[in-house]
Amino acid sequence: MISIDNKLYIKDIDTYIDPFFPVERAIITHGHADHARAGHKHVLCTPETSEIMKIRYGENCASSFQTIKYGHSVKIGKISVTLYPAGHILGSAQVLLETPKDRIVVTGDYKTILDRHLDPFEVVPCDLLITEATFGLPIFKFNKPEMEIERLLDNISKHRENTFLIGAYSLGKAQRIIWLLREAGFSDDIFVHGSMDKLCDFYQSKGIRLGTLRKATLDNKKDFKGKIIVAPPSALKDRWSRRFENITRCYASGWMQVKQRAKQSQIEIPLVISDHSDWNELTNTIKQTGAQKVWITHGREDALKYWCEKIGIQAEPLSLQHRDERNEL
Amino acid sequence: MKAFSNLLSDLILTSSRNRKLALLEQYFSSTPDPDRGYALAALTGSLNFKNIKASFFKDLIKEKQDEHLFELSYDYVGDLAETISLLWDQEKSGNMPRLSYLFENLKKAKTDELKNYIINILNISTGDQRWAFIKLFTGGLRIGVSSRLVKQALANYGDVDLDEIEKIWHGLHFPYINLFLWLENKGSKPKISIYDIFHPMMLAHPLVMEKDLVTANPKDFVAEYKWDGIRVQIVSHGEGCRLYSRTGDEVSNSFPEIIKTIQGNFVLDGELLAGINNDPKTFNDLQQRLNKKAPSEKFIKKNPCFIKVYDVLFFNGDDLRDKTLIERKKVLNSYFSTNRSPMFLSETIDFKDWRFLDKIRDISNKQIHEGVMIKLVSSPYIAGRPRGKWFKWKRNPKNVDAIIMYAQRGHGKRSSFYSDYTFGVFNKEKELVPIGKAYSGFSDEELNKLDKFVRTKTINRFGPVREVEKTLVVEIAFDEMSLSNRHKSGIALRFPRFKRIRWDKPTNEVETLEQIRKSFLE
Repeated sequence: MISIDNKLYIKDIDTYIDPFFPVERAIITHGHADHARAGHKHVLCTPETSEIMKIRYGENCASSFQTIKYGHSVKIGKISVTLYPAGHILGSAQVLLETPKDRIVVTGDYKTILDRHLDPFEVVPCDLLITEATFGLPIFKFNKPEMEIERLLDNISKHRENTFLIGAYSLGKAQRIIWLLREAGFSDDIFVHGSMDKLCDFYQSKGIRLGTLRKATLDNKKDFKGKIIVAPPSALKDRWSRRFENITRCYASGWMQVKQRAKQSQIEIPLVISDHSDWNELTNTIKQTGAQKVWITHGREDALKYWCEKIGIQAEPLSLQHRDERNEL
Repeated sequence: MKAFSNLLSDLILTSSRNRKLALLEQYFSSTPDPDRGYALAALTGSLNFKNIKASFFKDLIKEKQDEHLFELSYDYVGDLAETISLLWDQEKSGNMPRLSYLFENLKKAKTDELKNYIINILNISTGDQRWAFIKLFTGGLRIGVSSRLVKQALANYGDVDLDEIEKIWHGLHFPYINLFLWLENKGSKPKISIYDIFHPMMLAHPLVMEKDLVTANPKDFVAEYKWDGIRVQIVSHGEGCRLYSRTGDEVSNSFPEIIKTIQGNFVLDGELLAGINNDPKTFNDLQQRLNKKAPSEKFIKKNPCFIKVYDVLFFNGDDLRDKTLIERKKVLNSYFSTNRSPMFLSETIDFKDWRFLDKIRDISNKQIHEGVMIKLVSSPYIAGRPRGKWFKWKRNPKNVDAIIMYAQRGHGKRSSFYSDYTFGVFNKEKELVPIGKAYSGFSDEELNKLDKFVRTKTINRFGPVREVEKTLVVEIAFDEMSLSNRHKSGIALRFPRFKRIRWDKPTNEVETLEQIRKSFLE
């Protein structure tokens, strides 16, 4: 039996998955800051994730990187480690830990709906599934993102005098929104916040077409009318946003499904676009993996645990710290 | 229904007051009668539908969705209409009938048809429409629009004064056809019989000593006690008397002995208190009466009430609201020169300077008043809360340290935060017992920290309630402490709120229940 504990520490091979503190060996599922930290000795991840970590934390953010592509395996001691696409952001992976006797899958953050700019999520059969549950409540059922983009574009065409400031995470969500806009035929220049241009370049270098992007600096001040600016959510209410006039605040997130949340954050155009699984995706994935046991790393654990137990699957919440329950402004 | 649901969706996502007003005006001008009247009633909380309440929708969703998953979802969203609209999983064509048609059909529907009719509506509606539709029945819309804002939009729409609308508001009839005719200059101002309706009350601002009084001349003001009862409006004429609460709800039925005795043609403003012969008892005593909707004669005898009157709006057919307070007081003085029990004149306090009043308001051995009211003598009676006219100067609050025991999420704006806290102190048996619940007094930043504390220190969950580690001390401010057999601790606090969070204070330094009782109740 593989021994893994509730901190995602695998004793047999002295390795952690997505540890929040510096460790000797870490497997990193993807490049978001609540999963990928600087300061580990040996890091195992996908090539894209290692590049992202270096962009964000510097070339020396880990002593050594070992990268494996999706579907490829490495053997560490008795355990074979394979990475599978998680459909969350570029390079995001699920981790399969495998011995002849058992299979454990750590999903990391994931979504299963088709997102053509990423490798599609794969269902990996296992005995123990360690899943996220960011949107683990049946109220979370996301529409097609294309519909949300259409609503945004419709609004822009009706209010050309406004500046549309979209809050989206610098890594993953921002690029996805821009990509979706391009797919919908939006060909105007898009302005981006300074914190995300390197990551946008990185996406473009991987063949994901984001079109012409410009920095949202004051030099371009005159050009913002009727335009889209993409910025990290924290910048929406920051002093930074004061440079723009007639702002319409938009926010791309699964949280925007709940109107009261949008109202709290004073968002005028909520875009319900999520890089996480909704309720149906979570429950379908659990069923499809055939897991008899489910651990829930973070999110709305209560409901998912209840659902699992109701259909006879054993479930435990891990309540991992530092994975924030609320992604607010 | 489509226009109405769009209006609600736009309103909830609009934070600017001016844009909200513009959205409302736009709706009133583009929507035909009687639909806009239905919407107006919904927006001002005056739409009543007896057969369908929030619980009806709860039952409906529980047939479709696991009850526990529903409860968890509701707890998370904090808004019933939104929770159900998100959980309802059906085709969405969005071809909803118009608001008035929908409503009339619901009214006509027989009880056994009602359920299927509503299920059908929920099935054909889009998510936003479902949300707006359910909101019609669940009380408070929680979309950041007050009745007053809606009336302001009406005033803007008809280019009339907000006060004109406030004055006739309670005499208007659903679906407000006459009102809209008047606002659109197609009809005359609706005529209202003054004795048939509740007249919105004049309210006071809390006094800020430095800002409001430093330059003010005491001679320009009248001072009265701020009685600790409930505010009532007494509307009396030849055919009887009615009592209304501050919000315009009729409370006559709870006080049959009072309305039976009052005679005359007037509208008075005063405070209802427990006690007899103008000798008030505490708010706690009044609470007994307030809890009974139809009290028996025996119960009334045991818990008598009376009214202290401090203002007059109409007297023998004259509208006195535009007269000054001094002139209105003269009318009252002469009326109360004879015995009008169970009504009494609320006495004024003679004072020369603010310091004297400051002392009066803080005499703390009496629980019957909460401080003093200070009113500008030259002020007319203006509905609402006009600036610089009436002030309430409450007693300084008392403080007590307590330990956070349980937390629950708030609703509406605070639905993602653990913002309702139960706190307690140790009793003789060294057992922690709750002494109250508080929801306010902290900043947004502090709420963030409290919320984090709850999430990381949870030791137990009871449905939506989280029990936390008993490590955090808070200083609670409250207006009054009284004995109560409803609580295990035997005491009840009036209006408790956070004063400070004592992140550093050890729990063993918190005063015990015995010590608290000694210092506040003896």
